[in-house]
Amino acid sequence: MIPQEGNYAVRATRPILLEGGRVIDPSQSLDRITNVRLEDGRVAALDAIATGDEDVLDCSGKIVSPGLIDMHVHLREPGREEDETILTGTSAAVAGGFTSIACIPNTEPPIDTQATVEFIQHQAARADKCNVFVVACVSKNREGKELAELGHLSQAGAVAFSDDGAPVYDAELMRRALEYCRMFDKPILNHAEVRELTQGGVMHEGVVSMILGLPGMPAVAEDVMTSRDIALAEATGGRIHIMHVSSAGSVDLIRRAKARGVRLTTEVCPHHFTLTDECLRTFDSNCKMSPPLRGQEHVNACIAGLADGTIDVICTDHAPHALEKKMRELDQAPFGIVGLETALGLVITKLIEPGHLDWSTALAKMTINPARILGVHRTKGTLKVGADADVTVIDPDVRWTVDPAKFRSKSTNTPFAGWKLQGRADTVIVAGRVKHKVAAEGATADGRRTAKAR
Amino acid sequence: MSIEVVDIGSVPAAWTRRHLLDLESLSAEELNIILDAAVAFKEASGNCTQKLPILSGRTCANLFFENSTRTRTSFSLAARRLGADTIDFSSSSSSLSKGETFIDTAKNIEAMGIDAIVVRHRTPGTAQLLAQNVHCSVINAGDGAHEHPTQGLLDILSIRERLGRIEGLTVALVGDIAHSRTARSNIWGLKKLGAHVIVCGPSTLVSKHWEELGVEVAYDLDTILPRCDVLNLLRIQFERQTTRPFPSVREYALLYAMNHERLAQAKQDILILAPGPINRGVEITPDVADGPHSAILEQVTNGLAVRMAVLWLILGAGN
Repeated sequence: MIPQEGNYAVRATRPILLEGGRVIDPSQSLDRITNVRLEDGRVAALDAIATGDEDVLDCSGKIVSPGLIDMHVHLREPGREEDETILTGTSAAVAGGFTSIACIPNTEPPIDTQATVEFIQHQAARADKCNVFVVACVSKNREGKELAELGHLSQAGAVAFSDDGAPVYDAELMRRALEYCRMFDKPILNHAEVRELTQGGVMHEGVVSMILGLPGMPAVAEDVMTSRDIALAEATGGRIHIMHVSSAGSVDLIRRAKARGVRLTTEVCPHHFTLTDECLRTFDSNCKMSPPLRGQEHVNACIAGLADGTIDVICTDHAPHALEKKMRELDQAPFGIVGLETALGLVITKLIEPGHLDWSTALAKMTINPARILGVHRTKGTLKVGADADVTVIDPDVRWTVDPAKFRSKSTNTPFAGWKLQGRADTVIVAGRVKHKVAAEGATADGRRTAKAR
Repeated sequence: MSIEVVDIGSVPAAWTRRHLLDLESLSAEELNIILDAAVAFKEASGNCTQKLPILSGRTCANLFFENSTRTRTSFSLAARRLGADTIDFSSSSSSLSKGETFIDTAKNIEAMGIDAIVVRHRTPGTAQLLAQNVHCSVINAGDGAHEHPTQGLLDILSIRERLGRIEGLTVALVGDIAHSRTARSNIWGLKKLGAHVIVCGPSTLVSKHWEELGVEVAYDLDTILPRCDVLNLLRIQFERQTTRPFPSVREYALLYAMNHERLAQAKQDILILAPGPINRGVEITPDVADGPHSAILEQVTNGLAVRMAVLWLILGAGN
């Protein structure tokens, strides 16, 4: 396809040849050095050769992966635009290497109607950064009382349902949601926490909370709800996805449930496989999240769960909060941290480099696995010919320092400031268009002009 | 009250801290510096009744975001005995109710020319948060259930005064360990100075995890009582409890109240402390509270001495 001149034609994208990279696509068990051709917004060919009509991107020394997917992102819009907007959140996503994200509906108002689903879709299209899949509420107004119109929401494009921020507390409501969603083959994503056990809690209950005198959130609060959700999924045949698993007990419950065939998937966040409750010794509210940072034995269990396949997905639970909200007394500060711009570096530095996961296993948890859970695996999370041309080119060797001042996210609430990480997204392509590129000096530019033409 | 200038000496070279946030991070040497200075101040000021105006021209602010009578009065008086000016600030008279953040409030107070802020707050870590955000010195007067360093110090001073030493003593902290900042400061201070510490109370308020720090955990007061040199009876902090950790106050008193029957089972010279305010009839009966084993009122005088010592060390006399 030869680009034409003129105003309209400027918008057309030239084909791109990703040349000489190590192409790792777990969806087709692919891991070899080859070329990938993208054309008309799709993956056109593997093992392609240059034909002269395309922009050639030299990927030697890089890893070419299906575009990364983060299935747990809080975009805050509508309602809390002081923390994040769909534009800043999706900008952060592409800067972190993600070509698709799923946004969680605990906005104000919550995403529980066709109109709010479409608002998100429109804002995402205006932002024009990455794909945004909408997770809609399980219950009307996210109140945990009555089912939202899950059928209509599915028609509007919702890929899953969640009341995250809060658990679906009522067991009958959860049972009905799981039963009802079987009709649409959509998963329920649940925040597993028994609130009576975490009341007033600020951090994981253990030696550190005891020393600091901070109210604890015991691991068993997560385990009890995980256990209930597994039992309900087993009884109904519905699809449950346990969000942000953080406890050794939950990992074990999930492992055993999967072994007996329960339709169950789960995810873990980078902070839960990298940090422990010792971080709270500084009383830094950027170490306050829910579920909380736990002890080393829980971190080890999360890593073991990732390694043996118990944990399907790595997601961020990106939870931006404006600085003034986090600069409060620890009990007043909100839960959560941003994660989009540090996740890939943490996966490479803390999971791949130490040998806990190989590249293919790690990337599966950020590509095809979340795509399958969200039911978008025919076009996302894969480099099969005909799939959407969403690609993340990863520089696995670059060493960089986390500097929140450079985040695209509107918020900087991260406990990883100053961390030295290895590996990050070099070039991020969404629907065949370069949306993010790290220039040699570290600055970024609109990739359509910087993709090296030959 | 006579005003006489007594030479208290200069701040020991080993003391380099600008803040007093906790006892966990203090060395035994630093603890002894404070305790020795407190003794010196007590002697030089006629049991803390006379002025030693070595901090004249300095100003201390009491920022109390949580109710207190004893500690706030004690800090104010300690500062005034040393000739410093004091201002009091409490949350009820603050602009916090107008939405100002805690840090902004503190920065505004500091901008008025304050040398040290004495802070009490219901949330653990606030003294540390404050120290990171202001330039003046910060003294923690109690942050939630975390620490209350001057209370720990005055308890330890009271023990040292009565029993002549800390090392080798068996000290039991009895009651609501979970919610007690006094317990934590005592544990750190006593352990560093060589005491054997027992925490004793209902299992819902005494974590087994304390054993990991070399503290003995006990639930039955009567079995440990004969071994104890000191009992420190902590108040049940109903205001910090989110759920009821024991069935009734009556049952608590049955199991843990220090009364004359229990006293008969204790060592002859057992020392009984209570950080106050005490709930008479709950953790201690009036006959014991007012009896010869009790050091409850000495604790108050020693509180003044400790706070004079801390202010002097922190503000560095003569600087």
